[in-house]
Amino acid sequence: MFKLFEPNKIFSITSKAPKYVMVLFILVLSIGLVEALILSPEDYKQSHSVRIMYVHVPAAWISLGIFSSITLLSLSGYVFRNKNFFLIAKSLAPSGLVFNIIALVTGSIWGKPTWGTWWAWDARITSMLILAIFYILYLIAWRIYEDKEQVLKITTLITIFGIINIPIIKYSVDWWNTLHQPASINIMSNSSIHSSMLLPLMIMTAAFALFSLLIFLMKYNTELIKLKNKGLDRL
Amino acid sequence: MINELLNMNGYGLYVWSAFSFTLLSFLTLYSVAKAQYIRERNKFIAKYGSLDAQKAKVARTQTINQEILSGSQSI
Repeated sequence: MFKLFEPNKIFSITSKAPKYVMVLFILVLSIGLVEALILSPEDYKQSHSVRIMYVHVPAAWISLGIFSSITLLSLSGYVFRNKNFFLIAKSLAPSGLVFNIIALVTGSIWGKPTWGTWWAWDARITSMLILAIFYILYLIAWRIYEDKEQVLKITTLITIFGIINIPIIKYSVDWWNTLHQPASINIMSNSSIHSSMLLPLMIMTAAFALFSLLIFLMKYNTELIKLKNKGLDRL
Repeated sequence: MINELLNMNGYGLYVWSAFSFTLLSFLTLYSVAKAQYIRERNKFIAKYGSLDAQKAKVARTQTINQEILSGSQSI
């Protein structure tokens, strides 16, 4: 089944997809920005500063989702002996890191009017910073290790250690007394967020997901061309 | 209306800087990814052009090489 996902076979799709994803991203982002900045109501406690949520929360969600996917792909690469999984994981990492940085910076900006400080060594914020360090280690490992087998082992190890941090990020607000508020959206139970705020949040999440897909496709195509460049050298 | 949108009850600076940082990060990441893509593609085109007739014949058998050269993947 995995032969269907061989780079040579899917390049014709991945090479044409970015322009369509780009159009869709701009469309969804435009709607999301209007909803987030103009149409959505202000919060009764936080006033307009609540609007930072529409960039902070989707960025955090996507950065966690990407790291989990990278770990799953790296492990699958070993289980199914398919190098393409590693290539997909490597192509996902840059957007994951950027979303992680966005979550940290926008969280810091949100913290100033809400908590009165730009930064606190709070469990949620610190664990998000640790995730950014794992992303950086993962990307650096791809750059510094020349030996292919070695880089696959090292990057997989980094993701295995890094994935331990994901449940810590998720439950840090429940396990410890933190400045960061508990989750307002629960899949398993009732969410405490009003629908007028949930809608822009979902639209912005969709826009961010489309952007990470766009960057993934561009990076993946670049990696495939790099492989083909090496193939030409061997001819 | 515009003043209200910019000021946001005194929170404008925080809100607009968070959104600006996000969009600027998107633009930077997109530009870097695009530049890397173009650089690799140009390298490929140069290498492909310098192949001798026999090697070029082998290279032509792979559809992916033709797709890279065709420019259908332009972003």
